[in-house]
Amino acid sequence: MRLPSPPKPPSLRAEQIILFRISGQIFAVSSASVKEVRSVDTLAGAAKEISNSAIRKVRHVVQRGEHSLYVVNGAVHFGLPPSPAALVFVLRRTRTALLVDGIEKMTSMTRLQALPQAFNNEERGWYRGLTAIDQAVIPVVKPEGFLTPDELLLLDSSQQASSAAMADLIAQLPADDLASIVGTEDDAAGLRSDSATLGNRSDAPPFGFKSVGLDAASAQTTHGEQDSSSKIISTFQPILTIDASDLATAASVASRISSVSTIAKPTSDDSSDFRFVQFDSDESTSYIQ
Amino acid sequence: MSPTTETTADSFVLLRLGERRFAVAASVIAELVAPSRVFRFPHQTREIEGVILRRGRIVPVCDVAEKLIGKSLRSRRFYLIAQRRYATQTEWVALPVTGDCELIFAEMIPASEADLPHVAGWLSHAGDVIEVLNLAALTPGPGVASPSTDASLTHAQEALL
Repeated sequence: MRLPSPPKPPSLRAEQIILFRISGQIFAVSSASVKEVRSVDTLAGAAKEISNSAIRKVRHVVQRGEHSLYVVNGAVHFGLPPSPAALVFVLRRTRTALLVDGIEKMTSMTRLQALPQAFNNEERGWYRGLTAIDQAVIPVVKPEGFLTPDELLLLDSSQQASSAAMADLIAQLPADDLASIVGTEDDAAGLRSDSATLGNRSDAPPFGFKSVGLDAASAQTTHGEQDSSSKIISTFQPILTIDASDLATAASVASRISSVSTIAKPTSDDSSDFRFVQFDSDESTSYIQ
Repeated sequence: MSPTTETTADSFVLLRLGERRFAVAASVIAELVAPSRVFRFPHQTREIEGVILRRGRIVPVCDVAEKLIGKSLRSRRFYLIAQRRYATQTEWVALPVTGDCELIFAEMIPASEADLPHVAGWLSHAGDVIEVLNLAALTPGPGVASPSTDASLTHAQEALL
């Protein structure tokens, strides 16, 4: 007689995460939630400063097609001391570009514990939960938690008002003046100064490919994660015009980067198919199935 | 007999915070653990210091000393792991204590309406009158009940945890 085989333990599924630093604090984000990782320098050329922003953590906006992408200062969001940001995470399915100091490493988690209910304040909107990595507890951020719908509404209203005012101003200008303020070297210089402001980096190179900052990003990784980090740098779109030297640099960069989608997960772009199943509600622990 | 004078015999864990002693129903205590690393991350719940890792669980550390004795414990900290019941589930919370805890059997006099919300009752031990703590009122949680509701929590309700 054969004994019945013991029931198989449920296989745990891992979710790939990026550990990143903001002001010395380590956070995690699902790599599937990160659409692009860019150097602040590359974003600086495309970012527009929001004057008198009603939301203190948002000082810049990037226009992406019809949508505005708001650049959120992670340190201000979490109430941490200010620190110079080096990278920007463009978060999938949100309108947030998150300024972070650097990437610590890429790893995976097999268990996500819901935030204990003792935490009863704004942090409930910030985190998906907590995970233990290498005997340390890391909060896993909620991508949609960086800007609430109310904050987005406020920012959009402010942007619309600003655009309307600019349109009125342009409509009142004579044709000669209009030509003088569109697409000139002065315009580019303005963008350069915005770039420096964005990252608090006075040494920010002017545009696009020259300032990709891959070396900085790679240097910030540890534990032999260079392979992973080289994969997370997204495809960079040319910003404004590039000359021959830019193209040479671009070719060099392109050989070292690939789309973030290759590392996010082996699934399609937006389909995060991780499911969290509550096995034991008393323990408020979610396991990744 | 008035409900306020009713007594119940049960087991309690006596804990020390500074010079004062408090009691918690033994039925809600999981264990007393040695000082361990507190992991901190940004949040806005003032009473929570951080979290500790215990038996694979992530347990919030709730400093009740500030509320009870007016100052936080800075040294000789052990953690009394207790169960905190919420609306739909029970979770562990770690209470920093000075370490010398004691299990006693005593009769508790339930709290009256005049008592503070965090007082579940009173007991007499070795010549001292000791507050029995109501963890539901003492530690933070979502949708914190109003003080009057907290005060009405009885020892029997605590024992259900």
